[in-house]
Amino acid sequence: MSIVTVQLGQCGNQIGFEVFDTLFSDSHSSQGLCSKKENEAYQASCKERFFREEENGVPIARAVLVDMEPKVINQTLSKAARSGQWKYGEHACFCQKQGSGNNWAYGYSVHGPRNEESIMNLIQKEVEKCDSLSGFFIIMSIAGGTGSGLGAFITQNLQDQYSNSLRMNQIIWPYGTGEVIVQNYNSILTLSHLYRSSDALLVHENDAVHKICAKLMNIKQISFSDINQVLAHQLGSVFQPTYSEEGSFHYRRNPLGIDWQVRPPISGLPALGKMSLKKELRFNTSIANLVILRGKEVQSADLEGFKDPALYTSWLEPDTAFNVWKTQRAFNRYEKSAALVSNSQFLIRPLDMIVGKAWNMFASKAYIHQYTKFGIEEEDFLDSFTLLEQVVSSYSNI
Amino acid sequence: MTQSVVIQVGQCGNQIGCCFWDLVLREHAAVNQKGIYDEAISSFFRNVDTRVIGDGGSISKGKIRSLKARAVLIDMEEGVVNEILQGPLRDVFDSKQLITDISGSGNNWAVGHKVFGSLYQEKILEKLRKSAEHCDCLQCFFIIHSMGGGTGSGLGTFLLKVLEDEFPEVYRFVTSVYPSGEDDVITSPYNSILAMKELNEHADCVLPIDNQSLFDIISKIDLMVNSGKLGKTVKPKSLITSNAGAFKKQQRRPFDAMNNIVANLLLNLTSSARFEGSLNMDINEISMNLVPFPQLHYLVSSLTPLYTLADINVPPRRLDQMFSDAFSKDHQLIQADPKHSLYLACALMVRGNVQVSDLRRNIERLKPSLQFVSWNQEGWKTSLCSVPPVGHSHSLLALANNTCVKPTFVELRERFMRLYKKKAHLHHYLQVEGMEESCFTEAVSSLSALIQEYSQLDATKSMPVEDIPRLSVAV
Repeated sequence: MSIVTVQLGQCGNQIGFEVFDTLFSDSHSSQGLCSKKENEAYQASCKERFFREEENGVPIARAVLVDMEPKVINQTLSKAARSGQWKYGEHACFCQKQGSGNNWAYGYSVHGPRNEESIMNLIQKEVEKCDSLSGFFIIMSIAGGTGSGLGAFITQNLQDQYSNSLRMNQIIWPYGTGEVIVQNYNSILTLSHLYRSSDALLVHENDAVHKICAKLMNIKQISFSDINQVLAHQLGSVFQPTYSEEGSFHYRRNPLGIDWQVRPPISGLPALGKMSLKKELRFNTSIANLVILRGKEVQSADLEGFKDPALYTSWLEPDTAFNVWKTQRAFNRYEKSAALVSNSQFLIRPLDMIVGKAWNMFASKAYIHQYTKFGIEEEDFLDSFTLLEQVVSSYSNI
Repeated sequence: MTQSVVIQVGQCGNQIGCCFWDLVLREHAAVNQKGIYDEAISSFFRNVDTRVIGDGGSISKGKIRSLKARAVLIDMEEGVVNEILQGPLRDVFDSKQLITDISGSGNNWAVGHKVFGSLYQEKILEKLRKSAEHCDCLQCFFIIHSMGGGTGSGLGTFLLKVLEDEFPEVYRFVTSVYPSGEDDVITSPYNSILAMKELNEHADCVLPIDNQSLFDIISKIDLMVNSGKLGKTVKPKSLITSNAGAFKKQQRRPFDAMNNIVANLLLNLTSSARFEGSLNMDINEISMNLVPFPQLHYLVSSLTPLYTLADINVPPRRLDQMFSDAFSKDHQLIQADPKHSLYLACALMVRGNVQVSDLRRNIERLKPSLQFVSWNQEGWKTSLCSVPPVGHSHSLLALANNTCVKPTFVELRERFMRLYKKKAHLHHYLQVEGMEESCFTEAVSSLSALIQEYSQLDATKSMPVEDIPRLSVAV
């Protein structure tokens, strides 16, 4: 099964390139620490998910590149072509002349409707080239204008047009001390819209990845390229092929395979008293955890620690909430590597901060005229605030 | 990519404009080695086959034939424009894009605005429409003028209303040179205040400049260069005041150095829109991020470094010094001290070999000493452009929406009132058709309202920042 990636805006396109590059170079690495047959199966699976074949043999990424101004897409296309190993489709990009000006309203209400048909056609063409579509991987930032506004619009369209396919959005959380002054407005508008149309939001915070570069990798002068490569590395370790069941030796067909939607029990939440006692013992409660192990000795790895009930909310059994995927084939030449995808309370603090700052700014009405100019009214802001306060509240109470 | 059109009005406007075209040609020549007409160049230049007579000569791709500036030159005297057309840049300007007269505006805003405004309205519209037609996607008009005279001030601001009506979707960025205290034009306060009203109402963004600050910067540079104290040599082309050299071989005229600073401001403002980088910033992002309320659109700018020493390696400490300098009052292009006033928003536009970690480190370092308004405590807009200015390895343009502009406006109002109370020279204005005393009183009111807004913001400076109570929702 295949994934179609949609890269939106400067951030989405810069990251998208690094992701495909990582996926490709990992799948073609010779040091898979496994048999040749195994390696070939891995390569074939990766290829089917993310690349398609062209006549002359150079794999083409299953991706659609979208931006409202041409500079970044031009750069991205030429970087891919230069590698000679893989490239983007010739007609896989959509570009306009003037960007969204960091304005969510412009991205959503102007660029969206204006370019809807062209962009959806482009995506349709890419989908048609898949034997079987698993879903969409949409890469976007939430702080700018195109990734955030147009990204929200396109995700909604994908929900309407491909309701049976999964929509996973890779969202980039901006630095706390600002890259864009109206980033908090753009973020809350994006998040509230994506909540209604996306199936899963994979969050990467610039601050967190920056710290990884500084503290764990000791990079002195950190560039966005460094940051994007760390991100791509993490995503690659999640999306590269893994076995479908315990003991089976076939790579799972559906890359986005587990049930990403978590529904609280119908009977309602347990009594408050019981919950607050448990809260003192935990620092971060999870709804779901996915561990992905690659490399040597994956079968004998001890994962009991991940099944500790203290990690999970009281209305879920650890066995339901915890999943593990394994494969012998090493990732990026690491003898052993592990990745953790977690649906937990980690998001509360960053989300709360963004909502708080946006709310303070909204109270003063600063910059609102820039949004109302393009049809996003104060009511739309209030709707977003309400929804996100509910999200914060829901997560706080698990 | 989008295009911009520069409209230079009056003596000051045209002289600065001339320096700008000089430098932007040099910048593109340095970046574009192959001589292909690309999107970056097209933002300010058309590619024309001069053998074709009439209008059909525009070429959109391929080798560069003849570059024509996307500019409209307006002056009500012939001297300055003629000099430009006889100088080394004569082939860069399209002779059809000029509007000149001979009599001048006599340092009278009313003559520039009312008399020449109505006289040349049609012609102006025609030239503007032509220049817009030559653009694939016109994004911004850059107007350059002075506030103290008659043409730049009067006709320059008349233009703003025309642009707003005719091209409502295109941004209007105005670079305005304000008169200093010892301005030799007696009526400059009148002209400035009358012009301010127009800027308040019809400009999207104003970059105020004053001659005194430019002069101080030059003195600082001269001191550094001539003192030889540190025994280091300055890279010749890296002076922020230097002209392109290769293009202009004539003796430097007195205002050249100062005009080059302003020209560099415009270059750096648009570099991230023209050239690639890891965090681009287009022109429409400037007003989106820096103008929280429509009327508060005055941005104080500072450029660093003023020169580059001939060191090959630039240690991080020197990079950090560049950031610190951007906030010092000696580097601002108007007499203002942003560090001791209140920030509404701040943009840092970096060029060259600077990465995101350098930006973050310096923002963290400088933040504690700056005061931001309560609703925008982390109000930073940042951009990284890979292409440095010619002669530099890196540079920084800081744009601040800060209450430190207030003193400039307050002083201007005081100088105005001193004249107006005595009705000095008023008759020169009132005898122009369409001018009445109400024009003056309305203009002063407009300025007073603006000053009042800044005062109200200043009053919040020392108040503790309290979070507004959040929405409480049922789970």
